[in-house]
Amino acid sequence: MTAADNGAASAPLSAAQPCVRIEGVTKRFGAFTAVDDVSLDIQEGEIFCLLGGSGCGKTTLLRMLAGFEQPSAGRILIDGQDMADVAPYERPVNMMFQSYALFPHMTVQDNVAFGLEQEKLPKAQIAQRVEAMLSLVRLDGMAQRKPHQLSGGQRQRVALARSLVKRPRLLLLDEPLGALDRKLREHTQFELLGLQKQLGVTFVVVTHDQEEAMTLANRIGVMDRGRIVQVGSPRDIYEYPSTRFVADFIGSVNLFEGRLTEDEADYVRVACPELPAPVLVDHGVSAAPEATVWVAIRPEKIQLLRERPAGTDNHAQGTVRDVAYMGDMSIYLVVLPGGRELRVTRANLQRKEEEAFESGDAVWLAWDAASPVVGTG
Amino acid sequence: MAARGLRLGRLLVIGVPMGWLLLFFLAPFLIDFKISLSEVRLAIPPYAPLLEWADGKLVALHLQLTNYRYLFTDSLYVSAYGYSLKVAAISTLLCLLLGYPMALGIARAEPARRNLLLMLVILPFWTSFLLRVYAWMGLLRNNGLINNLLLWAGVIDAPIQMMQTDFAVYLGIVYSYLPFMILPLYTNLEKHDGTLLEAAADLGAKPLAAFLRVTLPLSVPGILAGALLVFIPVVGEYVIPTLLGRPDQLMIGRVLSDEFFANRDWPVASAVAMLMLVLLVAPIVAFQRVQSNAAEAR
Repeated sequence: MTAADNGAASAPLSAAQPCVRIEGVTKRFGAFTAVDDVSLDIQEGEIFCLLGGSGCGKTTLLRMLAGFEQPSAGRILIDGQDMADVAPYERPVNMMFQSYALFPHMTVQDNVAFGLEQEKLPKAQIAQRVEAMLSLVRLDGMAQRKPHQLSGGQRQRVALARSLVKRPRLLLLDEPLGALDRKLREHTQFELLGLQKQLGVTFVVVTHDQEEAMTLANRIGVMDRGRIVQVGSPRDIYEYPSTRFVADFIGSVNLFEGRLTEDEADYVRVACPELPAPVLVDHGVSAAPEATVWVAIRPEKIQLLRERPAGTDNHAQGTVRDVAYMGDMSIYLVVLPGGRELRVTRANLQRKEEEAFESGDAVWLAWDAASPVVGTG
Repeated sequence: MAARGLRLGRLLVIGVPMGWLLLFFLAPFLIDFKISLSEVRLAIPPYAPLLEWADGKLVALHLQLTNYRYLFTDSLYVSAYGYSLKVAAISTLLCLLLGYPMALGIARAEPARRNLLLMLVILPFWTSFLLRVYAWMGLLRNNGLINNLLLWAGVIDAPIQMMQTDFAVYLGIVYSYLPFMILPLYTNLEKHDGTLLEAAADLGAKPLAAFLRVTLPLSVPGILAGALLVFIPVVGEYVIPTLLGRPDQLMIGRVLSDEFFANRDWPVASAVAMLMLVLLVAPIVAFQRVQSNAAEAR
């Protein structure tokens, strides 16, 4: 699993050298800027997820890594080697396409062998590696089938086998689970993780599905309009979104506009017109006093109470308008007197909830000072 | 009510073309077949009836294969069949070699330019086929445009004999039938999924390898459709070999027309046509099989 396997000259790898380095990469299509000055390091053995809505530039960035598009500006280095003049068929990179792009006229075996045949390996070695790869993705016995004779999940595994059999330094996955149904997705997700750990290949995954990104990735890069707006672990991205866009895009959230009334090093107080009480947050924020800020509170971090909570901050009173029972949890829509609707989720810990909140109930909402996120961006 | 309406609609939709084929293909075919089994005679019509009736009773059935046997005894027919098949095969190959790159070029052109390029392929059809063949005569004659130009430029001292050669026949046929190769090929190539080529490149295939292993095998139905659209009519081609070709080597279309109109030997002419059909059925059946296999693979 070294670069030498792919025929590329391999410099001695220093521990610090990232597997992929993206330096100020911009891609323009005519007047449209699809990728806007992106810089990023991806480490060896990492699963990195590019997450964003459609048209955010994530797929274009992936295609530039594969070599199907050339950056308008900036550089891409893989193992320290500039990829500017390296054709797709010469890169130590393989891609799993969103549509799988299996060759319809070839059997499963021929599809998987295709890449090895291009390397002109001996036939016996190809056969052996194909067989080993097919058994790794649990497709033994399917070798002679054609793609149209397979189910969606099986096709996905053929595509995976085909892109992994060449032992790439870097595997690019474009919406790898997008075409699978929900049950299969969850199962496949864990399978992918297992394979990645076993083979040690660096994964770059593109997805619009945050759940997919959360479960797969070591690190997530959230993209918006061609830019990377935040890079971090799934927990960082979820709990400490750096911008309002990220807070809103990842998970569901209650977002408020507010004004900074108290600004200390270790806490701030924000007055939100839509909330009766001030919001107390136990971390500082780099903003001028009286600045306009956004406050985000996740639905699961809000408590539902019958009684008025103690203290003067971080609470509100409202009426339950709707309850959605999801099994493991319930979603409550609570309307405040001002008309603002808040989303609150609550785990259903007991089988029989004696004191369940029902629609129409008057409730108090409360949250910790550690829960809200404040920002200016 | 609705179900009956639907059934009636289906019957109409299938019935009209079926009726058309029955009336204008199957019936003439059977008449032709009947004539090919009868005896020639100087009368109107110029063949003997197959069935002889007397007092409302069938008294004799005159079936004979002499017309078919005759085709194999006179070397003219065998040679004409052989030459026709050879010309058709070589022309089809030439059309494929010329037409494939053109079809691929059009299919890979920007969508906005494709229609223009297709128009250019179809444009010659706006002029009568016969006129275009006459135009070639004007170009290829000993005192035609090409020879005069070459003489004037001093490249040659005496005109090159191009008319009435195999060269002229191939030129005329390839020129006339090229669109029939390009159009089905284009229809096939245009539907190819571009990501398959990206996948091939991603797996290390250089452009030529990707073409040979992905594009070419996937375009086999288009190649076959184009090849048949060229091969079948060229076997029976009459105008081009008559106007441009060698006087000493006839193609089967010319033989057929001579038998009908010059010799007025309808039975032999019918036998010639029947045998030609038999020769053409084999490639058609092969094509159908490939098509149904391809349809199954979808």
